[in-house]
Amino acid sequence: MTAVREQAGGDATAVGPLFEAEGLGRSYRLPRTSPFGPPGVRHAVHDVTLRLADGAALGIVGESGSGKSTLVRLLLGLDRPDAGTVRYRGRPVVPGRPRALRWFRREVQVVFQDPAGSLDPRMTVGAAVAEPLACLGVPGDHRERVDEVLRAVDLDPDVRGRYPHEFSGGQRQRIAIARALAPRPRVLVGDEPVSALDVAVRAQILDLLGQLAQRHRLGLVLVSHDVGVVARLCDQIAVMRDGTLVEQGATDAVLSRPAHPYTQALLAAVPRLPPP
Amino acid sequence: MTGSARALARGVWGSRSGRLGAVLSGLVVVAAAVSLVWTPYDPTRVDPAASWAPVGTAHWFGADRLGRDLFSQVLVGARTTLVVAVAATAIAAVVGVGLALLATLPPRLVAEGVAHLVDVLLAFPVLLLAMVLAAVYGGSRWTAIVAIGVGAGIGLGRVTRGEARRVLGADYVLAARAAGAGTGRIVRRHVLANIAPTVWVQLSLILGLSVLTEAALSYLGFGTAAPTPSWGRMLSELQPYLTLRPLTLLWPGLAVVLTVLGFNLLGDGLREAGDPRLRERPAEREGRT
Repeated sequence: MTAVREQAGGDATAVGPLFEAEGLGRSYRLPRTSPFGPPGVRHAVHDVTLRLADGAALGIVGESGSGKSTLVRLLLGLDRPDAGTVRYRGRPVVPGRPRALRWFRREVQVVFQDPAGSLDPRMTVGAAVAEPLACLGVPGDHRERVDEVLRAVDLDPDVRGRYPHEFSGGQRQRIAIARALAPRPRVLVGDEPVSALDVAVRAQILDLLGQLAQRHRLGLVLVSHDVGVVARLCDQIAVMRDGTLVEQGATDAVLSRPAHPYTQALLAAVPRLPPP
Repeated sequence: MTGSARALARGVWGSRSGRLGAVLSGLVVVAAAVSLVWTPYDPTRVDPAASWAPVGTAHWFGADRLGRDLFSQVLVGARTTLVVAVAATAIAAVVGVGLALLATLPPRLVAEGVAHLVDVLLAFPVLLLAMVLAAVYGGSRWTAIVAIGVGAGIGLGRVTRGEARRVLGADYVLAARAAGAGTGRIVRRHVLANIAPTVWVQLSLILGLSVLTEAALSYLGFGTAAPTPSWGRMLSELQPYLTLRPLTLLWPGLAVVLTVLGFNLLGDGLREAGDPRLRERPAEREGRT
């Protein structure tokens, strides 16, 4: 009896992907072009279906304006889709009261593009990193955990009492990553996490994300306009254009044999240095 | 909390404008406090023998036509001014920040309605509001406080709404929501903290403005009632003798000017001290290990 139940319980987590989106759509109303005409509609995201297995890394590439940021908001339950559902561990993720999504937010955290904007200028580093711990009611010593994650992103825990403006862009992004790691998530979503950084720092932050993902067996959803960034960390890749996914598959396969003309164009646009 | 208040005070004292503002505002507070326990004369005592007494040891600022001591009147006037200014500013802070939040947080239709209502109310002059209140409830210190507070609060709400909207649209609010923060926490920890510099500066201007408005209302006879000394009423009572005894008008006039200046400078100092980005930062330290 017990064995059967255990097996069933085990199956529930093993069967099906950890994090999935099905037929996801979100459109925005545009201002009317004529006084009596119908309001225009822009489909920012249209019929997007994604799956992320436990511990896997999925990259979403597309140029700016392709609906990547809207997709991130939908995946995180920060915006309500017009169509489709987001599921995590088989449970639907529906935006609503913050308490109702605690279970989800404890396991899925996010790093935004611009660390200058994603850290409150009037909040100390310590308070910012502790914010998810306080909001999600994570048990344990928060102060200790803050020190731990600051160390995990190669920052001195003594920076706790300082303010974001005292740090460089790369350091700020480390702080933002520390904040995301604080509640011990299973999945880290990165919305263009390195686009605002200069090239040298970009590589450091990407390496850090890769190491952290490996060490903590984190699932990654990495959104970027830069194929190189995504290829570096992700085993699966999805190409997005005008709100829809045009191609999806294993990174190697997609990069070596791009099927869709848009993917081919995207790859052709990657600047390459001639071999020395 | 007391630690951060102490740091704030130290910051205010550290800036030049903050220090001057603190000294001038402190002078008003001291004058008001002293008037509670001691004045050279009863400010309302009529003494025909002292009519137009000159500036001297007997009457430091001289005396008016009825022989009332001007120094005593200025001292007690500081108290009236301070009570009205502080109470009106407190009301303005609550009304203003409340309106700003009401015009940003609720669903779009409600918020825009509140915002438009604020725009309409803004067109209503504070002095007129005070006169209407005075006509209905009788002129007193309290009608002046309510009128100035509500009137200035509407203006504050208008200015603060833009700030609040900017903050709510910031990435760090989105990040806070992704971290599980509810609206209450976002308002307390992020919105209020980030609109604070604007609100402080506005409140310091309102503090100065309410000193002026109180003086104007008393001058017009709608403010502080007759026997209680007030700078505005002193000015209106002394005005007929402007060409004969110009020096007597100098004292209440100077008191108003220095008080307004002091409050405004104090606000500048508070803004600088309250914003970590404007605070003088310690030499750049390396954060990485």
